[in-house]
Amino acid sequence: MSGERTGGGVVHRFGDGIDTDMLAPGRLMKRPIDDLAAACLEALDPGFATRVRPGDVIVAGGNFGTGSSREQAAQVLLTLGIAAVLARSFARIFYRNALNLGLPVLVCPAAVEIPSGIRLAVDPIAGRARELDGAGQDTGRSWTCEPLPDHLMTMIADGGLLPHLAKRLAKRA
Amino acid sequence: MTLAERIIARAAGRVRVVPGEIVTCRVDLAMMHDSGGPRRVKPMLDQLGVRVWDPERVVVVSDHYVPAFDADSAEILDLTRKWVRAEGIARFYDMQGICHVVLPERGLIRPGMFAVGGDSHSPTGGAWGAVMIGIGATEMAGVLATGEIWVRVPPTLRLEWSGHLGPAVAAKDMMLHLCRTLGLDSATYKVVQYAGPAIAALPMTERMTLCNMSAELGAKTGIIAPDRMTAEALAATDAGEMMDVADWADSPGAQYEAVHRFDASVLAPQVAAPHSPTNSAPVDDHGCVAIDQAYIGACTGAKLVDLKMAARVLAGRQVAAGVRLLIAPASTRITTEAAADGTLATLTGAGAILLSSGCGACAGYGAGVLAENEVCISSTARNFKGRMGAHSAKVYLGSPYTVAASAVLGRIADPRDFVA
Ligand code: SF4
Repeated sequence: MSGERTGGGVVHRFGDGIDTDMLAPGRLMKRPIDDLAAACLEALDPGFATRVRPGDVIVAGGNFGTGSSREQAAQVLLTLGIAAVLARSFARIFYRNALNLGLPVLVCPAAVEIPSGIRLAVDPIAGRARELDGAGQDTGRSWTCEPLPDHLMTMIADGGLLPHLAKRLAKRA
Repeated sequence: MTLAERIIARAAGRVRVVPGEIVTCRVDLAMMHDSGGPRRVKPMLDQLGVRVWDPERVVVVSDHYVPAFDADSAEILDLTRKWVRAEGIARFYDMQGICHVVLPERGLIRPGMFAVGGDSHSPTGGAWGAVMIGIGATEMAGVLATGEIWVRVPPTLRLEWSGHLGPAVAAKDMMLHLCRTLGLDSATYKVVQYAGPAIAALPMTERMTLCNMSAELGAKTGIIAPDRMTAEALAATDAGEMMDVADWADSPGAQYEAVHRFDASVLAPQVAAPHSPTNSAPVDDHGCVAIDQAYIGACTGAKLVDLKMAARVLAGRQVAAGVRLLIAPASTRITTEAAADGTLATLTGAGAILLSSGCGACAGYGAGVLAENEVCISSTARNFKGRMGAHSAKVYLGSPYTVAASAVLGRIADPRDFVA
């Protein structure tokens, strides 16, 4: 159940209070998820969706995902291939939505110290993020995240709430 | 135990719970709307090969995409209607108003209930002495499949309001004040309980505004202990009967994570500047801000009580030239009541434009969205960048009193000058 979610994705840094309208704009909510993903964070960082690469990591300040209950706010990040979000704190509905979808969201008290543009390998189970250099070697710099609560570990290992439920329901049958 | 802890313990089949522990609760009621509901959960339930665990406990309200304004929204509503029929869900309120307002109107949320809603403003139900938690779509699919949800028992923050609100000051002003003084993540994972004489004096619809905007404090939910007013108001809904609320009265001696005290008597009307409810300050601190649009709408700010606040300001006055005042009553019942008691005539007589009942411009879904660089003052709950239309649009938040007064002067205005 251990293992790094990304072998060194580029860090995209954002500030405090990244809200669900910035992640998944309301005016596009009836469009397919790819359209929403193309507009992800455009209000803050035009072109973000085209620059971001699978395996990249978002690092942010406090209250990430504040606002609406719309699950698309987490789903767009998965669609863009974001491997993990590290933030000082998360809004509670976003936090549950992300984990339910299998997107690792990690509370990292020192998130503000992680610079933009570096390469980061993130292990959500161990709660650790380490910096890699251009050759994929450890630079020696790393940051710790709060470990996920025990009861969520199995769900994450199953790949999210739906696969987890499918397993549970199959056992019952 | 606090009121919320007692309700969670009951739903979890436990004698006692303590904050921090993880328990599984049976869900008394699950509410969904057309945006986060059927169109999202149907594929998931299909994938799991299950149906709704108990159609009697599920309520669906179409409010986000109503009335359909293009092919996409029409499809979403069509899917919603078909799914509700296929699942045998009788409590489907189609285009009757915004879910958080329709639910209590129909007497569906009651003291002591443990409920979930597929919308972040679900804490609104807490005004009726229930625990009602907002959840996302996959979580909802899990509830619909099993009838259960895990919760980490939240600690409770108690906000004690003494004194009484002055003229032209409302629950919305209390919440904008709390957003600034406490912050948007002050209550994350926590329950916010409102108490004290200023709260006891508030009608249920104003209590709903408080619990509604608990979402803006990051709270798991907001709650107010039921009292005589709750019981009487419940009897006046479709519930139609007086309920004994004594079991769910305030808990003397409960442990709170913190108790914060506020004085309602000294509170001025508050306005939040773009782009966050935390940017609130007394209305007069904002200086001269000209507006293009004034909007009275949403679950937060278009109940009958809100329309009456606006009508008090607008009676015998006119909306300023070059400004549009849009009013979207939160439910069709409210429109009917406002028509019957003359409120509606006052509003339209002053030049307000009446919109249909639904989420409308609140989240940028429907009629009334803003163009680039336009300025709006709104009775809604959120003013995030781009939420109500163009990114460069500026949305200020205020009470319906303040929104109406601003519509009259064409700039952000202090409603105390209008209400004798
Ligand atoms: S009116 Fe606005 S805040 Fe209320 S449920 Fe609709 S979109 Fe959400």
